[in-house]
Amino acid sequence: MSANSKGRIAGPDYGLFIDRSKPLTFTFDGKLFNGFQGDVIASALFAEGQSLLSRSFKYHRPRGLLTLAGHDANTLVQVAEEPNVRADRHALTDGTAVKSINRLGTLDFDLYAGLEYFSRFLPVGFYYKTFFRPEWAWKYWEKPIRRLAGLGHLEPKAKHKYYDKEYLFVDVLVVGAGQAGIEAAIAAAEAGTETLLVDEWPEIGGSLLFGRGARGRAATIAARRALASRARSTPKLTIMTNTTVSGLFADDWASAISGNRLYKIRSKHTVLACGAFDQPLVFRNNDRPGIMFADAAQRLLRLYGVRPGSRAVVATSNRFGYETALDLIDAGVDVAAVVDLSSEPHAAASSAVRDRGVRILSNTTLVDARGKKHVEGASVAKITSEGQVSAAIEWIACDLVVMSVGYAPAVNLASHAGAKVSYDSSINMHRVTDSPDGISVAGSMAGVWSDALIGVHARRIGESAAAHAKGGSAPRSMAPVVDPETASITHPYPIFSDDKAKDFVDFDEDLQVKDIVNTIKDGYDDIQLVKRYSTEGFGPSQGRHANLNTIRIVAKETGKTLEAIGTTTFRPPLVPEKFAHMAGRAFEPVRLTAMHHRHIELGADMMTAGLWMRPAYYGAKATADEAIAAEVAAVRNGAGMIDVSTLGGLDIRGPDAAAFIERMYTWAYEKQPVGRARYALMTDMSGIIIDDGVACRLHDRHFYVTATTSAVDQVYRAMTWFNVQWKMDVDVANVTAAYAGVNLAGPKSREVIQKLESDIDFSKDAFPYMAVRTGQLAGIPVRVLRVGFVGELGYEIHCPSGLGEALWDKLISAGQPFGLKPFGVEAQRILRLEKGHIIVGQDTDGLTHPLEANMEWALAKKKPFYVGKRSIEMQVAKGLKRKLVGFTLVDPSSLVPKECHLVIRGGDIIGRVTSVVRSPTLQKVVGLAYVPLDLTEQGKRFEIRADKGVMVEAEVIPAPFYDPENKRQEL
Amino acid sequence: MKILNCPLNGPRNISEFVWGGEYKKMPDPATATDAQWTEYLFLEDNIAGEIHEWWLHAPTNYWFIARRNTVSDVILETMTADTFFARAAGDRL
Repeated sequence: MSANSKGRIAGPDYGLFIDRSKPLTFTFDGKLFNGFQGDVIASALFAEGQSLLSRSFKYHRPRGLLTLAGHDANTLVQVAEEPNVRADRHALTDGTAVKSINRLGTLDFDLYAGLEYFSRFLPVGFYYKTFFRPEWAWKYWEKPIRRLAGLGHLEPKAKHKYYDKEYLFVDVLVVGAGQAGIEAAIAAAEAGTETLLVDEWPEIGGSLLFGRGARGRAATIAARRALASRARSTPKLTIMTNTTVSGLFADDWASAISGNRLYKIRSKHTVLACGAFDQPLVFRNNDRPGIMFADAAQRLLRLYGVRPGSRAVVATSNRFGYETALDLIDAGVDVAAVVDLSSEPHAAASSAVRDRGVRILSNTTLVDARGKKHVEGASVAKITSEGQVSAAIEWIACDLVVMSVGYAPAVNLASHAGAKVSYDSSINMHRVTDSPDGISVAGSMAGVWSDALIGVHARRIGESAAAHAKGGSAPRSMAPVVDPETASITHPYPIFSDDKAKDFVDFDEDLQVKDIVNTIKDGYDDIQLVKRYSTEGFGPSQGRHANLNTIRIVAKETGKTLEAIGTTTFRPPLVPEKFAHMAGRAFEPVRLTAMHHRHIELGADMMTAGLWMRPAYYGAKATADEAIAAEVAAVRNGAGMIDVSTLGGLDIRGPDAAAFIERMYTWAYEKQPVGRARYALMTDMSGIIIDDGVACRLHDRHFYVTATTSAVDQVYRAMTWFNVQWKMDVDVANVTAAYAGVNLAGPKSREVIQKLESDIDFSKDAFPYMAVRTGQLAGIPVRVLRVGFVGELGYEIHCPSGLGEALWDKLISAGQPFGLKPFGVEAQRILRLEKGHIIVGQDTDGLTHPLEANMEWALAKKKPFYVGKRSIEMQVAKGLKRKLVGFTLVDPSSLVPKECHLVIRGGDIIGRVTSVVRSPTLQKVVGLAYVPLDLTEQGKRFEIRADKGVMVEAEVIPAPFYDPENKRQEL
Repeated sequence: MKILNCPLNGPRNISEFVWGGEYKKMPDPATATDAQWTEYLFLEDNIAGEIHEWWLHAPTNYWFIARRNTVSDVILETMTADTFFARAAGDRL
């Protein structure tokens, strides 16, 4: 086929979006097709006679384009590795490989299509009723069912492409650039507010782009041109096309998608002018390719220059059907008949069609369609009463059926933002009622349909939106606009059911009228339950074309009014949002310490610790165990150093500093001398251990308190929360990022530190264990703490972050003669466990109170108050149930259990391992575990279930496991 | 996304804030019974209507009080903790 294929129409008003000078080629299921720049996949395929686009979800029936607006699921295709692409909105590019989905074999000959003939055995609720029993059988059913129901193909090897996000801030956001949206946006901008007009199509104009209009196509073209040029020349008005608002959230916050970008738009007022969705006529075989909405036929003609068929039947109940009939005639399509559901056809619209010699059948509907992969004819019958027809009168041969029997306003975004939606039986449509402050609606979405009223009403909406955005009061919810034309738009019951064949209410989910009826018979008569049981509205089109008819059927079956039935809730997103849009640039920030690059140079294997990167050990992965053992040995026998910059730090200053710490931590600090450090244990109000650190008194009114890496933010929040209530004269500052830190540890650490020039006396008597000094070390201002987390003589040296790398370098060179080795988190884990020191969060859980962790020594008994005191007292009175104990393995050669392995007795879980390691220093496995009180004595034995259910016997031994008298850290 | 008007930082996206729970007056730990203390710790009134609640502006670590309707989710006003406690004079923890 050539690029000027039979399906295209020449002429200036045909093919607004396409550039005929730029032909493209692409493939569909491997077959070559032609198109033009500006085409969508579906328009180019249709132009070349490929109206069959997909197979339906459940029965694998042939489906073609329905809306040509991206609103239905019929056009889902696979484009390269991207599944579920809407072929009617996906811009064609040269060389694109498109594939159809949900078929076995070819699209033309789908082996699954036979399923349709079993449909009587697949009633609504079939899966619920059939596969839930026996339970074991589901694993056999699941695979074939999922294969049957699956849509696109997920390519696991697909690479994440570039996606990003942008934030926009405007005064007034207008969604939808049809006539109403443009008028509202111009009015808002003219009133002096920064206004953003967003539309999903490549051009603004909405239905003016393709519709005929009551005054004819020429007038409509002129009106659109004038409106668009006015909009483009209005100052303060920004226009974004090809951008779809997908959700509207609290306080005028909208998400919008354009290509690979997600916009987050904040406005002060949002005007929704989103238009309305076509509603289908429900009749037998109403899903055949070639049966489409009137708007879709007009879009084919005007936007893409494609002839929708050669002989058409138009089914309608409003002026739009007649306008489409005229458009078709103008484009050379033979219109065989206009079938009008109403008894009195729209006078002005119908007479123009009758004048062209077209047959008009009033009070008539379509009742059947013939032709399997494309419609070949439609049969008509007289309407006798609501939903009832006489016997079919005749078949009319055609290759195009156009439906225009009514609309449902696109209230989705308003509903996202919390507006109420209720049915108005005077217009047979829903209305937005009670919208939140800052949201207003215009155009057909607001029930305004006549050309004369749309502009006037929208301008008023735009002006009040601007006034609100400028700080005025929110526009009062106006009484519904009374537009005499609105009542003639939508037919109240365009449903002509046929028990014997397929009459679809929901095309996505292959739901027929009888499925909805049976749902009600099964006892689900509330609209919310109807939706969930039948899956109505669950498909990609989210009920755009199915909700209203479903509500009508439910109303009829239950004898309730549509007002009483209500509607299901619309939820974002309105259009498909990809995970890639959410992920954006997949930016995952980490925090690096001042010495980070030194660790890299030393070949450290870096690991994450909260948001930080820390060295796990120094050396290659293959020799990790030896490297860790060597680091441990260096600390035990010589000297080691570890970067502890990630440790939290809080400066607490003021006359009440000591009193404040007394209330926040469990121990006593009022009498702590300046220059001394003291262990600090924090519990929450319910007495649970939440953090520990060291409180250093640097001055009478100044404490420097350390906190664990992961908890410091919580500790800081807790301190400030309490103090906005206590109002103590104290200032708390989180200085975590301001200080770098190095823990220098090992029997030779004093010799190392003394090699550096300093005004601090590091001798044993002048600087004893648990002392704190401030001063200069190698010219760097430092805070030095003599603490012993790893159980050796050691100095924790804190300095301003900017000097961290310099401090590291000075220590490395000073330590060279002593064999000083940097060590990582893995060695530190072993070293601290050999000393039996707990890590809050690892050896404690969300229920651990201090006595369970053997911390009674850290509780001040005489203090009147500290956070958690009251609860700890209650727990003490209640008695303990478990305790943390040290253990080793009875058989040193047995399998080593892991952290969180369970302690089992008589088949019951009685405890768990919190830390365990094979100690290179002690040459045995040591660990900590929670056990019941009767197992806490030294020598008691218990069983741990290790990997693969292997039971390992453990024996309680006293902690610390290494240097129990704590002599080494006090050297 | 909701906007919360921080008394210190002005209107900001709610993603910058951390909810701190409904304001509850702490009973005197010295005189409260175990039952009263337990109720304070673990039981919430869960009022459908107006409540005062704690909010933290995380980047500036600033705690304040918001009055919110839990049914409509409308934040009626925000105030410093001092203002709140001055209103409920003598009601400080």
